[in-house]
Amino acid sequence: MIEMLGERFTYAVIIILMMVGLYALIATGNLVKRMVGLTIFQTSVFLLYISMGKVFGGAPPILPYYEIKNDSLDPTALYSNPLPHVLILTAIVVGVATLAMGLALVVRIREAYGTIEDDDIAEADYSLELEKGV
Amino acid sequence: MVDFTQVFDYVLMAMLLAIGVAVIRLKNLFAIVMLTGVYSLLSAAWFVSLDALDVGFTEAAVGAGVSTVLLLAAMLLTARDCDHVGAARHWAALAVTVAAGAALFYALPDMPIYGSGDTPANSGVGMDYMMRTGEELFIPNVVTAVLGSYRGFDTMGEVFVVFAAGVGVALLMGLGGGKRDEEDV
Amino acid sequence: MGAHLILRVVAKLLIPLIFIFGFYVHFHAKYAPGGAFQAGVILAAAVIVYGLIYGMDAARKAVPPWAARVGMALGAFIFAAVGFVSLIFGENFLDYDVLHPDVEHARGQYLGIILVEIGVLLTVTTVIIAIFYAFAGRSPEITEEEW
Repeated sequence: MIEMLGERFTYAVIIILMMVGLYALIATGNLVKRMVGLTIFQTSVFLLYISMGKVFGGAPPILPYYEIKNDSLDPTALYSNPLPHVLILTAIVVGVATLAMGLALVVRIREAYGTIEDDDIAEADYSLELEKGV
Repeated sequence: MVDFTQVFDYVLMAMLLAIGVAVIRLKNLFAIVMLTGVYSLLSAAWFVSLDALDVGFTEAAVGAGVSTVLLLAAMLLTARDCDHVGAARHWAALAVTVAAGAALFYALPDMPIYGSGDTPANSGVGMDYMMRTGEELFIPNVVTAVLGSYRGFDTMGEVFVVFAAGVGVALLMGLGGGKRDEEDV
Repeated sequence: MGAHLILRVVAKLLIPLIFIFGFYVHFHAKYAPGGAFQAGVILAAAVIVYGLIYGMDAARKAVPPWAARVGMALGAFIFAAVGFVSLIFGENFLDYDVLHPDVEHARGQYLGIILVEIGVLLTVTTVIIAIFYAFAGRSPEITEEEW
């Protein structure tokens, strides 16, 4: 058990970071703080992916240019896995685009309701329905 | 054996955890947004220590730079502080978090050993890209080669997602300075 | 006009450097860490810094909103167009080998990646500038005293 955890300590810490983000996401009524919790959760997932591609003793996945030129690539050279880097690179940019989308919705909600606390928003919706007599 | 970069990683982990807890406890949105920027910058440092130079670069530019500006702008347009939340919601959050965390910890023994080169994730297609890029494309930066050529279709999808998000924000809020805004003035 | 004098002077010196760094990151991406996604964000950050310090009107004069609107669509279009060009020449979608006859040295791949990255750069830069305009173009309803 201890040995298992010792070999996967990084993953365990990243899982705790993910749960911290999830807690921040749920334990608030403020929509901006909820987006912050989502960002923390998202960044922790990125960390999980990247840490899986790490190889001890490996170099960053950039080949030496002169070896490509001379066609003398070293097949035994050790590199970290480039595939998670590619996936997460694009995911980060998509993440900021979706964050902007969510924040735009929050700003519109503030303009329509005058508040961004979800209890107040639900109450406003509910009182509107009561007025209509639904 | 613990080498220097491992110690560096442990320091980063401790700081990330501290920031996460601070974000949960704080009520002032300005402090929360600034701490999120710090969180992104620290995780960018960790990405670099995990050999992901491109990712660390992107996270530092996007996460610590642009998202912080966006969150500040949104905060300026909405509110300064969070309301107090009831104990019921804290207990609900704790229940969900513990359940999800327990499920993830249950799956932890099935994960590959950290830093090992012969795990399924590291011995398969990723290393294949590493070997073939030098022989087929003659491009030193494998991440760029995979991004642009081998997985170009994925990247095209991502570009369209970014484009769609830009269109969505423009539809929701307007770009300002358009024809209609000029008529208003 | 005297307010933030140091900020204005420093920004005037920094913004060209940020632009040069952004283009360096873009065009050096094959040999060093970097790429169109990062370069796009850095270029957009230069415009954001300009807008934050010199005001939104100046930023809108430098990069008009219509340019941001057109750029978003144009970048995505360039990426897809490269794919369709290779489709027209009878190869698979986004197979860059048809773009240049020298397949032996993968010149077509070089060319394809350069073209595609220009599309990515254009879209990412203009989308982030557009998002910044959208957020900064609204005046806050909250009074300053609430700070």
